[in-house]
Amino acid sequence: MATSIDPRQSRRNILHRLDLGAVPYTFIAPFFLIFGAFGLYPLLYTFWISLHRVELSSLDTMEWRGLANFTELFEDDRFWNALSNTFTIGVISTVPQLLMALGLAHLLNYRLRGSVFFRVAVLTPYATSVAAAALVFTMLFERDFGMINWVLGFFGVDNLDWESQKWPAQFAISTIVIWRWTGYNALLYLAAMQAIPKDLYEAAAIDGASRWQQFRTVTVPGISATIVFTIVLSTIGATQLFGEPLIFGQGPNGISGGADNQYQTLGLLLYEEGWKNYQMGRASAIAWAMFLILILIFVLQRVLARVLSRTPRPVKAPRRARPSRTS
Amino acid sequence: MTTDIAPVLADAHGRTTPTAPDRRNRFRRVLRPGAGRQHHAGPLAYILLGLAALVSLFPLYWTMVAASTDNTRVSQTPPPFLPGPNLFKNLATAWQDAALGKAMLNSLIVAGVIALSTVFFATLAGFAFAKLRFKGRNILLLLVIGTMLVPPQLGVVPLFMMMADLGWGQSLPSVIFPTLVSAVGVFFMRQYLTEALPDELIEAGRLDGAHSLRIFWSIVLPIARPPMAVLFMITFVHAWNDFFWPFIALDMTNPTVPVALTQLSAGYVRDQSVIMAGALLGTLPLLAMFLVFGRQIVGGIMQGAVKG
Repeated sequence: MATSIDPRQSRRNILHRLDLGAVPYTFIAPFFLIFGAFGLYPLLYTFWISLHRVELSSLDTMEWRGLANFTELFEDDRFWNALSNTFTIGVISTVPQLLMALGLAHLLNYRLRGSVFFRVAVLTPYATSVAAAALVFTMLFERDFGMINWVLGFFGVDNLDWESQKWPAQFAISTIVIWRWTGYNALLYLAAMQAIPKDLYEAAAIDGASRWQQFRTVTVPGISATIVFTIVLSTIGATQLFGEPLIFGQGPNGISGGADNQYQTLGLLLYEEGWKNYQMGRASAIAWAMFLILILIFVLQRVLARVLSRTPRPVKAPRRARPSRTS
Repeated sequence: MTTDIAPVLADAHGRTTPTAPDRRNRFRRVLRPGAGRQHHAGPLAYILLGLAALVSLFPLYWTMVAASTDNTRVSQTPPPFLPGPNLFKNLATAWQDAALGKAMLNSLIVAGVIALSTVFFATLAGFAFAKLRFKGRNILLLLVIGTMLVPPQLGVVPLFMMMADLGWGQSLPSVIFPTLVSAVGVFFMRQYLTEALPDELIEAGRLDGAHSLRIFWSIVLPIARPPMAVLFMITFVHAWNDFFWPFIALDMTNPTVPVALTQLSAGYVRDQSVIMAGALLGTLPLLAMFLVFGRQIVGGIMQGAVKG
């Protein structure tokens, strides 16, 4: 704040005070305006639409249905099938992905020759679009001439039909997700690992902790905030999985998630209801169901984290008095 | 949520990026040269890392191989491992069949505009949250972070209707407008500016009679250039690769690259090596960017990531 009160400058002071008072809000306003218009408002309006019958062909006619879209959805086997597929694909793509990223980050954290090369190399898949990656993996997983079946042949495995069988298809789709995001998550973990104070490791080593024990009692707790962060991001991503199964289905089977809906996700079902069956009200109900499921997962995750943090750890890492950087 | 994300971003100072003076880090490095990494990597670490690099890069290499052969060769076992003679022929066919020329131009416009606008608004808001005092600052910042938890895709139905009402159906503005700002970008810039921008510099500017916009223009922007470049690249990658909403909002007459590529998978093109040529073309601009700026992008992600 300006302290000098020079009468000649009083006019300038008013402007100055206005500058200090109002300008911050104008600086942050664009974010809130654009997000409000194209992010928050549509999300809320989705709920309003989900209470109506709206057809894609006549978007302006809305016919009140109350909760009928939701009750019909919950009686629809395709919804539960899509929910279960989203869940299983989510688990088999997220869990190995984050575990591998953790291991990869640990390796990258060694004193390393060519560390920049390895970092860039594992991040390269992140530069490919869902579309390109899914196209390539669809070919690698091809039944008759795909490279993966060719390699499996050496181990005496007969050609698998990756697309038409449920678990192989879900596994193949998860592979695309894992390939694209593992390096990215590894770099997040690496960044957090490098911020762990070195003396924690030294103290653990003096106490006779092996490398594995150091990893478990110093590294993993030290980056727990980042781990939570990646779990949240991966969960959001997994709930909305869309492009990978769509393209993996190659053509007419894409939107339905395979001939028997064996890999139809909630995202695909939403698209099918809205843009293939023209039922925007139902599509909105699915969108809100996804939103509620996400909230449910986060609440569960919170509760779980609180319960887990209460159980004592077997080996406690020695702590030095040090100002905490997490606030 | 703040407590979850904040340390991730605040603590992440990868050595790969020449960032602002982080006094604590520099101090530690002087006291204990070589601090920060624990052990020398053994042969096993190199083998595992080599394997990870191979798995990461091989599908891209193989895309190139498949795109340079022909349909019969690519469908033989064993599959081809070395490039063939047909690369340019297949690229040309893919370019035509999937309308990739127009798609590339569209993607360039979309990704360019979104990245520019995201960087500008993020720096503006990030500066306000980092250095300006105003009522409700913390709550508003918490709101920004909270919006990261709202996946924009859940609003696609009304968004589609809005775009139809605005007359933007099937056109680029319908893809550009919803993503002009990013919460992660705001937070990213705020974290950087909190540490990199000394309060004294702003006070000095104020004593010289500079108003906030002038301070932003002549003090903040020059200092914030490195993270702005990183944020630009990361946002560009995301916008170029974005799929769900563009797939809904655009049709095949006016697609972005990922949308155009679905045409290759949907059975319009039967030739597998042409499909791979299309996939290669759609990825090439970003691969080139990675080749040139890979180090900076890695550093940027390690500073505080963006995931779409």
